[in-house]
Amino acid sequence: MRARIVVRLRPGILDPQGTTIQRALEGLGFPEVRDLRVGKVLEMTLDETDAMRARERLDEMCRKLLANPVIEDYTCEVVESDERRRAR
Amino acid sequence: MRFGVVIFPGTWSDMDFHHVISQVLHQPVEYVWHRDTDVDRFDCLVLPGGFSYGDYLRAGAVAGRSPIVAALPGFVARGGLVLGSCNGFQILCEAGLLPGTLLRNDCLQFRCQWTHVAVEQTESPFTRGLRRGQVLKMPIAHGEGRYHVDQGLLRQLQERDQIVFRYATEAGEVTHAANPNGSVWNIAGVSNEEGTVVGLMPHPERAAETSVGSTDGLLLFHSVLGSLVENGSVLGR
Repeated sequence: MRARIVVRLRPGILDPQGTTIQRALEGLGFPEVRDLRVGKVLEMTLDETDAMRARERLDEMCRKLLANPVIEDYTCEVVESDERRRAR
Repeated sequence: MRFGVVIFPGTWSDMDFHHVISQVLHQPVEYVWHRDTDVDRFDCLVLPGGFSYGDYLRAGAVAGRSPIVAALPGFVARGGLVLGSCNGFQILCEAGLLPGTLLRNDCLQFRCQWTHVAVEQTESPFTRGLRRGQVLKMPIAHGEGRYHVDQGLLRQLQERDQIVFRYATEAGEVTHAANPNGSVWNIAGVSNEEGTVVGLMPHPERAAETSVGSTDGLLLFHSVLGSLVENGSVLGR
């Protein structure tokens, strides 16, 4: 199955990259942009058929490596099950 | 008094440390590959600067999960000392051996320059030979050196005397202008509670000979050597 993990900077952590991008957008005529934050998206294929088990494993991956709990939050989701991929 | 200089894929300051330890301090030193976990022949392990694993994911994240880093808690528990500089500091934070984390510099620039740091504590084996408030001149070279801890942890580090170095002016004043990367409370280096693991963003190994502009970095090594031979034995081992 396919899975997607989104890692975000926690609220309150200064994101100078986000601020710079927001300023660039403002310069290009997008003054309505506010609170822009940069995160990471990790997509992967898992050799796993049980969605519940997959979510547990994804969570473990985040805790062990993919997110730094001092500064980051994460969300994991199973995007597409094998069944749906076969049906396609 | 045997030193080990750890090499990860992408480490670049290993030869500088090796040179200073062997040629300036005349101490036995070996390179240690990151997959090597048999480290008990060493008294002090150095994690040098560089860009281990290309800084992928987060600076120090992948190296922070390597076999030698997993062996460090045991090494430290048996009396070993660990010094991490620059990327080595980032790795120690990522591995949870030191508190906090290092983020992108607030100026967004890679900063390669001389800095001055004020010595905040002199209890660690790496600072035992120094005076509180003493100013050391050492260079930095990093894009991700903004030390971050939340306010609660900052207070805890202050109470437990774990803040080792703070960016300061040449005269030792801790000012906003002297902070090259936006680190909280101007923090340039911290230690674990016991003081046996120290990490700092500046490069002591690049301030160890008059020909490069400063010898202040040697003071950390001299402190360690003094500690290692304390009471006529190597750290009581």
